[in-house]
Amino acid sequence: MTQDKIQSRVELTLYRMGFLDSSTDDKDIPPGSKLELPFWLAYALCSQKRRIVSVELPKAYRESYREVMKADANVVNLYKLGPYYYNFGMKLQCFSFPEIDDVSKCLLSTFQTRFRKIMDASQNIMNEDTSKLTSNLDEMEKALFKVGQKSLTDFQLWETRQVEKLKTSDMVRAHRKRKREDE
Amino acid sequence: MLASKAFELIKELSRGNSGSLSPYNEDCIRQVLDEMKSLYEQNQKDVSDTVAGETGLFSGVQVRHAALERNKRCLLTYLYKRLQIIQEMRWEFGSVLPMDIRYNMCEQEISWFNRYNKMLAVYMRSIGDSGLDLTQDMQPPKSLYIEVRCLKDHGEFETQDGNIIVLKRNNQHFLLRSECEHLIRQGVLEHVTN
Repeated sequence: MTQDKIQSRVELTLYRMGFLDSSTDDKDIPPGSKLELPFWLAYALCSQKRRIVSVELPKAYRESYREVMKADANVVNLYKLGPYYYNFGMKLQCFSFPEIDDVSKCLLSTFQTRFRKIMDASQNIMNEDTSKLTSNLDEMEKALFKVGQKSLTDFQLWETRQVEKLKTSDMVRAHRKRKREDE
Repeated sequence: MLASKAFELIKELSRGNSGSLSPYNEDCIRQVLDEMKSLYEQNQKDVSDTVAGETGLFSGVQVRHAALERNKRCLLTYLYKRLQIIQEMRWEFGSVLPMDIRYNMCEQEISWFNRYNKMLAVYMRSIGDSGLDLTQDMQPPKSLYIEVRCLKDHGEFETQDGNIIVLKRNNQHFLLRSECEHLIRQGVLEHVTN
C-alpha cells in the first residue's frame, strides 16, 4: 500500500540521485522535473519542515472521481482504483493538499453508501458464487465481507448443532492438502 | 529502485496461505542488508562532505535515510509476521511441527519455536495443582466419552487406564474425549456423531 506511486515534482536539486529517474542518464535531478515516487519516499521528502519534493493528489481522489462517488458509489470498481483505496486515501491526509478535507469527507460517504450493500450481501448470500460481487471491492471491504460471511456460516453451524463435533484444525487440513498435491 | 527487494519480501508474505510457511528467504534478506549497508556508507560520505563544506547534498541524504527506514520496516515486518505464523502453528499442529514446515524455518526461528514451546509447557504446568492443558477443550465438552473413527493407521495408543489399542484405518473406538482430542485436531481420528 505504501508502495503506491504518487506523482511528485522536485523542488530542490537532488544531487547524485539521477537513478531515481529512469528516463535520464544525468547524475542530478534538476528542480521542476516530475517523478513517480513511492508513497514512503514522497512522505519523507515532503513535509512541513522540508520541501524537497511537492506532491500531487492521485487521480482517483481528484474532483472528477469525487463527483463519480457522489453520483453512485455502489457501481464503482474500487479495486481498480487502488486495492487499498480507503487506506491509501487516509495516508494521503499527511500531505497538506488544499482539498484534503473534501477527500476525507468523500471517503467517508463512499464507505457509508457501499457498506449497506456489503453488509446486506454478506449476511444473506449462502453457497453462491460471490466472486462477481467481491471483484469490485477494495481490500478492506473484502475483509469486512469475509467476516460477515464467516459469522453467517458459524451461525448456521450452531443452529444445526454441528459445532459440538470435533474437527480437524483448518491449518492441518490445508497443510495435508498441499502435501498430497506435491506427491 | 530503492527498497524494491524489501518489498518483494512483503509480497511473499501476502502470497502465503494457511497451513504452509514459505521458505525463509535468506538470499533476499542478505540483499536488502547489503543495500542498506551501501546506503549507509554513502550517507556517511555525504555527511562528511557537507561538514567539509560542500552544499546541497542534504536532499540525497534524506532520500537514502528514508530508504533505510523503509528497508528496516519491511525486514522487521517480514520476521515478525513469520513468528506469528509459527506461533499459530504451535496451537494448530501441536508441539511437533511437520518436517516440511520445520525445513522452511531458519535456525533462529527453530530455536524461538523451541523456547516458545518450553515457556508454554511451563506455564501450563503451573496452572492449578496438576497443571492444565490449554490446547484441550477448544470447544466446551458435552460428554466424557466420544465415538471416533480412525482415518489412517496410527499404530498403538495407550489409554490412561493402561489399555493398549491399535488405531487402524476405519476402526471405530469409544474413547475418553480428553485423550483423543489432539488426534482429532491432527486429522488422525474423526469424531462420529449421529
